[in-house]
Amino acid sequence: MSLTIERPTPYVPVCDLDALPVGLGRAFEIAGHEVAIFRNREGKVFASVNQCPHKQGPLADGMLAGDQIVCPFHAFRFHSDTGECDQQGVCEVEIFPVEIRGNQVRIALPVNP
Amino acid sequence: MSHRTIKKPRLVIIGNGMAGARLIEDVLAANPYLFEIVVFGDEPYGNYNRILLSNVLNGSQDPKEIFLNPLAWYAENGVTLHAGKRISRIDREAKCVHSDDLTVSYDYLVIATGSKPFVPPIPGTSLDGVFVFRTLDDCQKIAEYASGCRSAVVIGGGLLGLEAAKGLMTHDVAVTVVEMAPWLMSVQLDEVGGRVLGDTIAQMGIAAKTGASTKEFIGDARVKGVRFADGSELSADMVVISAGIRPNIDLAKEAGITCERAIVVDDQLRTNDPAIFSVGECVQHRGMIYGLVAPLWEQTKTLASILTGKNPEAAYLGSKIATKLKVMGVELASMGRIADLRPTDEVVQFSEPSRNVYWKAIIRDSKINAACLLGDLTPADDLMRMFQSGAAAPERRMELFFGGRTDAKETSLADLPDCHQVCDCNGVTKGKIVEAINAGKCTVPGVGKATRAGTGCGSCKKMVKGLIEAVAGGVKADPSESWYVPAVPMDKVTLMAEVKRRKLKSVSAVLRELGTSVDEKSKNGLASLLKGTWGTEYIDERDARFINDRVHANIQNDGTFSVIPRMYGGVTTADDLIRIGEVAKKYEVRMVKVTGGQRIDLLGITKEDLPKVWADLGMPSGYAYTKALRTVKTCVGSEFCRYGTNDSTALGIALEKRYQGFEFPAKVKLGVSGCPRNCAESTVKDVGIVATEGGDWEISVGGAAGAHVRKSDVLCRVKTQAEAIQIIGRFLIYYRDNAKWLERTYDFVPRIGLEKLKEILVDDSLGLGVQLDAEVEKTAAAYVDPWLERHQPVYAGQFEPVRRIDLPVLS
Ligand code: SRM
Ligand SMILES: Cc1cc2nc3c(=O)[nH]c(=O)nc-3n(C[C@H](O)[C@H](O)[C@H](O)COP(=O)(O)OP(=O)(O)OC[C@H]3O[C@@H](n4cnc5c(N)ncnc54)[C@H](O)[C@@H]3O)c2cc1C
Ligand code: SF4
Ligand code: FES
Repeated sequence: MSLTIERPTPYVPVCDLDALPVGLGRAFEIAGHEVAIFRNREGKVFASVNQCPHKQGPLADGMLAGDQIVCPFHAFRFHSDTGECDQQGVCEVEIFPVEIRGNQVRIALPVNP
Repeated sequence: MSHRTIKKPRLVIIGNGMAGARLIEDVLAANPYLFEIVVFGDEPYGNYNRILLSNVLNGSQDPKEIFLNPLAWYAENGVTLHAGKRISRIDREAKCVHSDDLTVSYDYLVIATGSKPFVPPIPGTSLDGVFVFRTLDDCQKIAEYASGCRSAVVIGGGLLGLEAAKGLMTHDVAVTVVEMAPWLMSVQLDEVGGRVLGDTIAQMGIAAKTGASTKEFIGDARVKGVRFADGSELSADMVVISAGIRPNIDLAKEAGITCERAIVVDDQLRTNDPAIFSVGECVQHRGMIYGLVAPLWEQTKTLASILTGKNPEAAYLGSKIATKLKVMGVELASMGRIADLRPTDEVVQFSEPSRNVYWKAIIRDSKINAACLLGDLTPADDLMRMFQSGAAAPERRMELFFGGRTDAKETSLADLPDCHQVCDCNGVTKGKIVEAINAGKCTVPGVGKATRAGTGCGSCKKMVKGLIEAVAGGVKADPSESWYVPAVPMDKVTLMAEVKRRKLKSVSAVLRELGTSVDEKSKNGLASLLKGTWGTEYIDERDARFINDRVHANIQNDGTFSVIPRMYGGVTTADDLIRIGEVAKKYEVRMVKVTGGQRIDLLGITKEDLPKVWADLGMPSGYAYTKALRTVKTCVGSEFCRYGTNDSTALGIALEKRYQGFEFPAKVKLGVSGCPRNCAESTVKDVGIVATEGGDWEISVGGAAGAHVRKSDVLCRVKTQAEAIQIIGRFLIYYRDNAKWLERTYDFVPRIGLEKLKEILVDDSLGLGVQLDAEVEKTAAAYVDPWLERHQPVYAGQFEPVRRIDLPVLS
């Protein structure tokens, strides 16, 4: 059995808001995590892991349908709040909390003890 | 009026399978506000259609497609689902249920725990490679393991065992089905029927070993084979056990609820505890345990009426089991218990060995008591109706199978009462289906989506189709079928008119003003339409476009891209080839390939290298990644070929230069051949041009040789290159403005009709010619090589690699 220690997740500054194209995503590698950060037309900013659980499609190269992320490879869709695939229970992506401070996009990543 | 919150009684359901989830639906349908509903499911998913697991195993359906109630459904209906939480104890005193970390109290409790596979108590069942077949996870594990296997044994020759065998076969595994009884499907079939089935599956390449009792699975860590009671052995890389099911009753038993073989319930589905009910495969009612879904639907419906008070007197009186099944593609209908034969019973039988057809009915007291039909289900519906209603069997017994009437089919479909159940798997009645058809669902999948009919084992699809044909004559088809894209409820002509009238020049503007939803396909389709409509005035929003259209290259399965420069008419020069070679070397291109479109593909280029590669090539984009003019293939033609009558390369190059950059609802490919030998395969192109022996150009349209093969239809003959270019331009614009999104010319041309196209384009009967020519001019003028974006990316990060943020500064 393994023991997980929960630690508060600090927000890490990633980029300026302008570095995120409107309605699209962008790929980052942040302290070893491959992350896709999106900014939809309504101004919502959200982040997921950059690999699609289906066949590793690069989600940052996908499209957005409202606030759903559509994988560029085979069009699986993931909800930006929960990471759930639109066909629930089949697969999901990890979603990371995002915070906008001023013009700065900040993201909270899981901390491994 | 004051507003008080009234605490609703809480209904807790243990088990989120076929029966549990259906009960929720039935309760909500009867009264959506009455209960606070909480459901626990051991499986970490919403509710899926267990029946379709066989399809998932054999690869004909994706796991995604079998969900009946996805997680969102629970949320939308205010139902609390604890997916992946197993209830470990029921406390009847305190009226609550316990899982590992959660205690929830109940006012009413329903146990719908279903059953688990029976694993015979023999040595070796825990070896690697020994599986059971009940859940989505089982399915996925079996499929994964099978990829490394060459042979498999399925223990159990019942419905599930055979389904498992078929599933395994599609994974290229040699399968043997082992059955203890002397024949297959001994519950549904008699000996002759079992033999017929055995022959049928043998023809499919599945071996059956009947009358065999399994003693042990052999192997060290991994299973290697099966040993039988008679000492014989069968080697196998994997084993699937499908030896029957056992109701999940431990939970109930430990709580002191009366159980025999299963949880005992009365006609109100109530256990011996008045607050606790039970439905599904875990239930024993009047001594019967049911292992098929149809009876469960009757149980959940009755229980919902009782719980909601809609009909407190409702009673479940047991089900007559009559089902149609499809086992490994073999049609099978079974009603009653065929093995239950008394000396006074009358047996009516028909067999047709050459077609593997076998029918048998048992008549007791002049009524059908049991029947099985195999291989051909023509009489099944009539027999089932007689069986269900208890009607007297016809005097001339052969009419059981062959009917008295000649036009039995037609009349029977129309004569069916609305309450007649058409889809047994999902309990859908004729009335429900007719309702859906009247609402405009005129396709089998459309009806399936609306009612679920036909989405179970699929055996009722023929009936659904028949009903559509019978009913839909006067019905208007689902209007969404004519929409250009799903997000905007308008056909293309209306949409274009509206776009022009309101001056909508960007996808977001169209969606804002005319859209009812948003999805990526619609965005792509609208982008294409707007670009065609507005030309240079179009406001290009890159988020409306697929990645290929954002970076002007085709994305590959590893996230890199391919680059195909134009090579007009498939003609190149030594200098261009040298340049391509140099670029390929400089960027260490993983593969340089001659494409099927007469040009060269550089594969495996990273996103950040794209602008550099384009710059070094100095050639325009070949548009190989998008819905646009692709290639114009040519043959050598009269310039070199001893047969050539016309200069096909010159025309090909001229066409490609004229129409490059034109975007369409789908890709468009051209071919020009210099004589009727047709070496450029022009007759399977969207537009094909073939020189005749007399030196004319014969222009044909609507051809393809991809996923669909269609020979193009001849539109006209012209004398000169200029005429050819003009008429082709008219066709291309007419196609661009009238085709549905993603409709290739091979569908468009037959839809519009060749004669009509000739009238409009060749005879100019509508006087559109000038307009179409002007549109060509405008579109050609708007052409800019997209690869020039290399100098100036149009959005942040367009050609940038993954941005690395190494040591985050914590704050
Ligand atoms: C590169 C090429 C194969 C090759 O190495 O030769 C190719 C590659 C692809 N074809 Fe093709 N097709 C290629 C010639 C063809 C041809 C032959 C031809 O054009 O003469 C056909 C049959 C002719 C036809 O279209 O009627 C062809 C019929 C298809 C189809 C089926 C279209 C249909 O409606 O039937 C698809 C799928 C689709 O478009 O939905 C497709 C889709 C694809 C895609 C774009 C799939 C994708 O979206 O990633 C492939 C990109 C592979 C990649 O990783 O880059 N490709 N494809 C050829 C490029 C030609 C070029 O120079 O532009
Ligand atoms: C591959 C396959 C093919 C089939 N094909 C057909 C067919 O063609 N036609 C037909 O009529 N029938 C078919 N069946 C049978 C049909 O699926 C079952 O009759 C039906 O699923 C029974 O429904 P149920 O709700 O009683 O049980 P289930 O669907 O098994 O649901 C019970 C649920 O309860 C959960 N559960 C159990 N214990 C607990 C607990 N303590 N806490 C929380 N949750 C718990 C289980 O995880 C399960 O999800 C098929 C079955 C299989 C496996
Ligand atoms: S046929 Fe075309 S789409 Fe299929 S693998 Fe080959 S290139 Fe890809
Ligand atoms: S890789 Fe994402 S949908 Fe297939």
